[in-house]
Amino acid sequence: MNVVDFIKDDQMAKAETAKIQARDVNVYYGDTHAIRGVDLDISPNAVTALIGPSGCGKSTFLRSINRMNDTIASCRVTGSIKLDGQDIYDRKIDVVQLRARVGMVFQKPNPFPKSIYDNVAYGPRIHGLARNSAELDEIVFNSLQKSGLWDEVKDRLETPGTALSGGQQQRLCIARTIAVNPEVILMDEPCSALDPIATAIVEELIDELKDRYAIVIVTHSMQQAARVSQRTAFFHLGQILEYGETSQIFTNPKVAKTKDYITGRYG
Amino acid sequence: MTHNHISSSFDDELSRLRSKIVKMGSFVEEQYKQASIAMKTNDEELADQVRRQDALVDQMDVEIEKMAIELVALRSPVADDLRDIVSTIKISAGLERIGDYAKNLAKRVHAINHNKTISVSSSLIDQMVKHIRSMISDVLDAYINRDVELAIDVWRRDQEVDNLYNSLFREMLTYMMENPRYITQATHLLFIAKNTERAGDHATNIAELVYYINEGELLDAKRPKDDSSNYLEIDIDNK
Repeated sequence: MNVVDFIKDDQMAKAETAKIQARDVNVYYGDTHAIRGVDLDISPNAVTALIGPSGCGKSTFLRSINRMNDTIASCRVTGSIKLDGQDIYDRKIDVVQLRARVGMVFQKPNPFPKSIYDNVAYGPRIHGLARNSAELDEIVFNSLQKSGLWDEVKDRLETPGTALSGGQQQRLCIARTIAVNPEVILMDEPCSALDPIATAIVEELIDELKDRYAIVIVTHSMQQAARVSQRTAFFHLGQILEYGETSQIFTNPKVAKTKDYITGRYG
Repeated sequence: MTHNHISSSFDDELSRLRSKIVKMGSFVEEQYKQASIAMKTNDEELADQVRRQDALVDQMDVEIEKMAIELVALRSPVADDLRDIVSTIKISAGLERIGDYAKNLAKRVHAINHNKTISVSSSLIDQMVKHIRSMISDVLDAYINRDVELAIDVWRRDQEVDNLYNSLFREMLTYMMENPRYITQATHLLFIAKNTERAGDHATNIAELVYYINEGELLDAKRPKDDSSNYLEIDIDNK
């Protein structure tokens, strides 16, 4: 018996290439300087949590990663954000394709006013991912299964997505995101509108999904960040003050303001 | 424990923490066994190995504590999960102390055996060590199987360890009064016996923690305590 065997079953940190690399990112809403010189690496096959007080810029930063901020007229982004080494703000980038590769799930579940089947099939149809209806059925089945919803809805795929419970609707939105083969899933407070059990089910789903996708989650619940993520970034007034292994951030943060925030000494 | 947690990774982490306790406890029990063999057979190499391996016991304690603290920070456990996780810190500390006593026994192998012309021996030490080892083994079973009955059984057995210790205390005093040449060995044996009695106390503490983890309350009745050596006097003139 030696100590190496004893701790070998613990997860060892692996050196990986970042899936997304943000360097010196600044975001302005008109004259308001919302994100100030942010550098961040997002690991593949892991969950990265963005935490921080209201208005600190975490959702703004999240939306920069799939260029959702493009839809806001006054918004301007500088610096570089690279996906697999390629700058997503490059003029050659097809934004629609980008948003398939980098999917997003929002705080309030927003299923389309369509059937459960059509909710999931919509994206693949638009992107031409299925050659025939059999292939489309397969995509819908796989997506619903991966998001843990299949057993609950398999007998009512034609019923409206909006008739599902809150937690089920959110898992439907996740299925919808998965259906177009993303590489990254962005989640903006995905459980805020859900009760504790539905939250736990979605968190368990996130834990399974990280094996296939890079996941970035914005959350105002520090306990959620602690439960669900492997890496955590603390945002404060548009900057990242600390970024590291979640276990280290919550047991021994290096920056005083991080410690103040997570221990509730903020203010 | 009824259902699993919705979070399967939390279940995995708890399970890993608990099995680390069992691994550490089994290793400590083995240390005691090897130390006692080294004592009986005067095997200084084996004694040395036991001493060196105590560093591993200390490292396991550090690892377990680190993991338990992380679980508290990351999972915000409550109710039985909280009792479970917090108690592993205390159990680990208790096992680490028992490990120290095993090391201490190994350290005294040379002193006990080096003078071949004198032999202070006691079958009582052997009996004490056997007793401790079975207490450790059973309390680990009680822990991993959440067996409260077995924990209470171990808790009661501490009385026998105390009885053996009292007898041994008298025996050593008698040796020493008989002949000053016996004093060195008898004194070492006294320390060994005291440490082993303490090891029994730690095993009993662990039994109490197993009870607490599963029942949510402290063991009610006072622990059966029969160590009367603190009050023992032997009058030389009126033996």
